[in-house]
Amino acid sequence: MKEIVVISGKGGTGKTSITASLAYLGADSMVIADCDVDAADMHLLMRPEAVSSEGFTSGVLAVIDQSRCIGCGRCAQACRYDAIPYRDGQYTVTPLDCEGCGYCARICPVGAISMVDQLVGEWYLSTTRTGASMVHARLGIGAENSGKLVAKVKNEAKQAAQEQGKQYVLVDGSPGIGCPVVSSLSGADFVVLVTEPTVSGLHDLQRVYQLVKRFQIPAGCIINKADLNGEVAAQIHDFLKNEQIVHIADLPYDEAFTRAMLEGKTIVEVSDNPIGEALSDSWLQIQTILGE
Amino acid sequence: MKVAIASGKGGTGKTTLSTNLASYLAQDHAIVLTDLDVEEPNSGLFIEKTLKYEQKRSRMVPVWESSTCTLCGRCQQVCNFHAVIKLGREIMVFPELCHGCYACSELCPHNALPMQPTPMGTLTASAAGGFDFIESRLDVGQEQAVPLIAQTLAHVDEHYGDEVIKLYDCPPGTSCPVIESIKDADIVILITEPTPFGLHDLSLAVETARKLGKEFAVVINRHGIGDDGVAEYCSREGIKVLAKIPNSRKAAELYSNGELMYPHIPEIAQQLEQVSQYIMGQMNGGEA
Ligand code: SF4
Ligand code: SF4
Repeated sequence: MKEIVVISGKGGTGKTSITASLAYLGADSMVIADCDVDAADMHLLMRPEAVSSEGFTSGVLAVIDQSRCIGCGRCAQACRYDAIPYRDGQYTVTPLDCEGCGYCARICPVGAISMVDQLVGEWYLSTTRTGASMVHARLGIGAENSGKLVAKVKNEAKQAAQEQGKQYVLVDGSPGIGCPVVSSLSGADFVVLVTEPTVSGLHDLQRVYQLVKRFQIPAGCIINKADLNGEVAAQIHDFLKNEQIVHIADLPYDEAFTRAMLEGKTIVEVSDNPIGEALSDSWLQIQTILGE
Repeated sequence: MKVAIASGKGGTGKTTLSTNLASYLAQDHAIVLTDLDVEEPNSGLFIEKTLKYEQKRSRMVPVWESSTCTLCGRCQQVCNFHAVIKLGREIMVFPELCHGCYACSELCPHNALPMQPTPMGTLTASAAGGFDFIESRLDVGQEQAVPLIAQTLAHVDEHYGDEVIKLYDCPPGTSCPVIESIKDADIVILITEPTPFGLHDLSLAVETARKLGKEFAVVINRHGIGDDGVAEYCSREGIKVLAKIPNSRKAAELYSNGELMYPHIPEIAQQLEQVSQYIMGQMNGGEA
């Protein structure tokens, strides 16, 4: 079983639309994992129906038992995150500021502080409209996206793929270069970089590729809206050549992407545009690279 | 006045709005624009600027002093993040896992884990056309954005008084880095696209702003490309739509070259004027 991860550095390049298209094309051979847990959108195109769901706890949160607190304020002093303000005559923890380090609970002289498990989100195993299984999640507002929920989603998807004897896990990766994307990338067999020929697109591509390189994962690139800016597109082509990244496809600027989205479809399902064919070809290339 | 520009997801036009608005407002006001998207700072690409200064930024992590350590193992017990581990006759510190809580350092009975700075990123300040621009950039390989965001916010507060309008280009999403970026803002401007993705991301961003009890309003980017879902949602929820930035290939091309849009597209200047009026109204005490 091979794991394909689609990332783009930053959103807005069409990453999710392209991932959903690949998911549609390879529906019979894969399990989908939406690891963009912070702002998951894939479900809007794949319309998964949950088969099972489970809460996800990660880390702990300080809670002060006011009936035992003697108001000494040592917890507030020790807390480096200013998470224990003195308000209305008592010390209380601001959950959004608490990092869960537990220092306060260790030094409270009367043991008034306990650390409780924090529910940070929920994950689902679902069946999509194409029949393929999909694992996705929702992170609670303001929760820490430490990468643990991302790792959970990926592991559940891998397990499902193994159980169902599927060839691929297709991962819609997280944005940025921090913990979530590191979790998305770990263990990947192939990375698809989605970019666009804009100065910021090129910049993000170079930055996120530094990470991919560190993990030594083979990579290919799909350039969306490739005809928008010939000059920057040429710079991207050079970058790909220098880094020996497979240049999978150039997709033209086409508002058909948005039209398909409005119908809740992937672009490969709507006719009269050149993108569908390019993406079918891309999917074949990826399969060939992975040696199936 | 602190104005946070945010969205549920990246790529909806946060940077476009931040840079164009900063330049537009700078015609009449003192402005500082800060890029808080420390993982992928992009605003700087759209601004012509000259560097004023650059500062390396660091955070505090413990460093093991073998000479005073008795290998009691207290540090390992108190670290909730498994960042200090006793291995044989050695204490190992994993700075990537450390949240800088000081517990191991201050609870070590033998002062064997003093806290010392470790580099995490770079803050740069520049003079742009008519306004100041601050950017912080996380080093690749650093995984925690929040400490750098917090330091950047403190830096801006220190260097710019209340008379300066502070615009913040926030990181995408709804998790910790965004909360850190908008929790001190006076108003939050949420930018989205009129598509099903845009609507879904907007609803998450609205939930975040409401949870923090923030005054907020919406700007629709690439107006005309999609459907009425976002506009209908806003009117149903009683959310003010400040402006609609029209979609065009020309706008996309200007963006692709890293150019500001409003000097070339008069309709965009008009829309920015509406955002400006909203901010001025809020500065003069609420309801505009
Ligand atoms: S657990 Fe740590 S972060 Fe949370 S309140 Fe206590 S000292 Fe502060
Ligand atoms: S400072 Fe806190 S998080 Fe860092 S190693 Fe020590 S106990 Fe762990």
